[in-house]
Amino acid sequence: MSLLNVNDLSVSFVTRNGTTEAVKNVSFSVEAKSITAVIGESGSGKSVSCYALLGLIPQPPGRIDSGTAEFNGQDLLALSERDLRGIRGSDIAMIFQDPMTCLNPYMRIGEQLIEPLLVHGVADKETATRRAIELLDEVGIHNPESAMKAYPFEFSGGMRQRVMIAMALITEPKLLIADEPTTALDVTIQAQILRLVKSLQEKRDIGVLFISHDLAVVSDIADRIVVMEKGLVVEQGAPADIFTNAQHPYTQKLLAAIPSGAPPEPDSGRETLITTTNLKTYFMSENSDEPIKAVDDVSLSIQRGEVLGLVGESGSGKSTFGRSLLRLTPITDGHVSFDGTDVGKLDRNNLKALRRRMQMIFQDPYASLNPRMTVHDTLAEPLLLHNIVDRTGLDVAIRELMDNVGLARGFTKKYPHEFSGGQRQRIAIGRALATKPEFIVADEPVSALDVTIQAQILDLLKDLKDEYGLTMLFVSHDLAVIRQIADRVAVLYRGKLEEVGNTSDVFNSPQTDYTQQLLAAIPGKSAVQHNMAGEGAGQS
Amino acid sequence: MLKFIFWRLLQAIPVIFVVITATFFLVRSAPGGPFDSEKAVLPEVKRALEAQYKLDLPLHEQYLAYLGDLTNGDLGPSFKYPGRSVNEILGSGLPVTAELGLYALSFALLIGVLAGVFAALRPNTRQDYIPMGMAMIGICMPSFLLGPLLVLIFGIYLDWLPIAGWGDLPGDKILPSVTLGSAYAAYIARLSRAGMLEILSQDYIRTARAKGLPEWRVVIQHALRGGLIPVIAFLGPAFAGLLAGSFVVETIFQIPGLGRFYVQAAFNRDYTMILGTTVFLSTLIVFFNLISDVIAAWLNPRLRAQFKGSA
Repeated sequence: MSLLNVNDLSVSFVTRNGTTEAVKNVSFSVEAKSITAVIGESGSGKSVSCYALLGLIPQPPGRIDSGTAEFNGQDLLALSERDLRGIRGSDIAMIFQDPMTCLNPYMRIGEQLIEPLLVHGVADKETATRRAIELLDEVGIHNPESAMKAYPFEFSGGMRQRVMIAMALITEPKLLIADEPTTALDVTIQAQILRLVKSLQEKRDIGVLFISHDLAVVSDIADRIVVMEKGLVVEQGAPADIFTNAQHPYTQKLLAAIPSGAPPEPDSGRETLITTTNLKTYFMSENSDEPIKAVDDVSLSIQRGEVLGLVGESGSGKSTFGRSLLRLTPITDGHVSFDGTDVGKLDRNNLKALRRRMQMIFQDPYASLNPRMTVHDTLAEPLLLHNIVDRTGLDVAIRELMDNVGLARGFTKKYPHEFSGGQRQRIAIGRALATKPEFIVADEPVSALDVTIQAQILDLLKDLKDEYGLTMLFVSHDLAVIRQIADRVAVLYRGKLEEVGNTSDVFNSPQTDYTQQLLAAIPGKSAVQHNMAGEGAGQS
Repeated sequence: MLKFIFWRLLQAIPVIFVVITATFFLVRSAPGGPFDSEKAVLPEVKRALEAQYKLDLPLHEQYLAYLGDLTNGDLGPSFKYPGRSVNEILGSGLPVTAELGLYALSFALLIGVLAGVFAALRPNTRQDYIPMGMAMIGICMPSFLLGPLLVLIFGIYLDWLPIAGWGDLPGDKILPSVTLGSAYAAYIARLSRAGMLEILSQDYIRTARAKGLPEWRVVIQHALRGGLIPVIAFLGPAFAGLLAGSFVVETIFQIPGLGRFYVQAAFNRDYTMILGTTVFLSTLIVFFNLISDVIAAWLNPRLRAQFKGSA
């Protein structure tokens, strides 16, 4: 018998603008002692269906229209709030996406950790504290006694997620619901947390319901995969079946979007476009006299027409490096030379002329577009500022840009909020291309996007690069993405250049320990293998 | 932490200095003087009085003399209450005003926090609109209207409470405290509603619910700590404002506090009295602001750690 049996669940949200059906007649089950993954993009209803089980969606506007959820012989959806509360955090526990915001910043770790035990009357304070310390040790927190007295801000994201996991497991739940628990984490930390979840699950024989947007992440740990799209379960089955024999077109699309492509062949004998020599960018620190060395003595060159992938975890200085090249951040020492000119020595007018030739695409298309400017205005601004076209040629130039980035021409009068994330990133790319630049810094341009959209944007960037002979610095924490697009790869670690080389060389024979660690942490090896096998058999 | 307090105190010195200087010259530039009155005073008598209080000296010398006395904590003699110093008068009025302010603030906190939290639990429903509507009225209603209104209802029609005095009859402290505190209660209600709404939408509140905590524990243990920080930061300026702004209420209810002396001193051109009260109150305002800033910062674990690091 299954641990959890969800049958015909429908959830809708009633707002002034009408009723939205978020989850439609969804059925799935979670077996005891196994991991069931629910996969889908944002808006697919995967989180809503799991939150609904525990009564954690606000009602109103949420409304459970139909369904049963059998757990331990009880229908969760029919329970009173009081009875459900007795199950929440004791028999069924949850961990959430963003460990930075999910712990109460005003309470000590220990206080939050023992709370479930106290609330459910399982243990007294002394026993609870002892259990908490044991568990912190088990999830890999060093020095658990002092961690109990610490506040959340004293821990990194990965450590906080470990605390969250300890907090969820402290009542020995039978079912753990994990909502995108690794999405906000760096790739090496993600791998650690995934291993931790898997090992704890095996050791304690619990059932795990693992929600994720990333098929690659769950492919290594899931025993069963449920694929959701637009509120419907479109396919479910064992991972091996899903990867080799996906029936639904959406699942096939998700699989195809897992980056697995072979790296492009490097082109030798190009001229150098950008060189940095001993580049240092430091920031003053508020708490100490030691500056933060964001970029520390990096010498690197980028050839004309190549894509250099810059890899590193958060805090490695990779974004700062990109910004320093464009002089968007003042550099502390060293030189940046662009096509023979020293960028650091330019006066205002020459800098403006140079900026026309180097542009930037940012990570978050929601934040980098001015919400009060239409697409037309956003694209017109750089065109007019740099005198690329005059007012008479403006409309033609904008239409051309819209075609280039794959947006319908009719969209020009719309505002950013009317577009999806992928479309907004296309607008941002269009804006960067408007000045016909030679060099583009793309700072995590696909990290905020769903996987299928991610694949589309990467294709667009590749096409544009080939068409215009663009040179690109592609900054990303995601090695799988880098592998797909970059000719060469540079690895940054704590502001220092660890390694640089052709993409295939770096991926096949990494020279430093850190790069090896990074590569080992890429999720989805099994999915990629299946996928490559599928490609060999002639699938798209 | 100590470094922070020290710096804030150091910053307060120029602020208070500017207040003293501006008040000194503003008061002197107003027409009339402390010894002008409808009754004619003999010129010799007036001159003698002026000499006694050093008013015959050039203005800048008077100013320097005043500053000199001030550094010794001496606010000077009152011009209108012969034989009494400003220090004595402040000393007699302050306890009454401070007591009134304390009651008013306690009332404001109790009502304000309750109403604000209550409203934030169900935003945009009747449970929100009714207390917040009342808060809006409370902010708009001046105390010279609310005071007589309360007197009319509770003092005269219902005859439950005395209508004036301070400490003479049982219950005579209730109406003045409520009158003075209600505007602040309204303000605190709005602050705590906003603070609680923000905290209640945080991810860690969802975590708390997922642990199976009953709703009241979610609110009290998890939301209040962060949600009330804006209220705490407001308490300092509020208490100082209560002290300085109590004169209307003191006048309505015939309370022998500081406020009445302050207003009368302004009419009387009682230079030292005006200056003394202003200096005293501005020092209090700076001081209470500092205290509430320190407490608000102390409640935030992150800032607290920074303080510890720098102390």
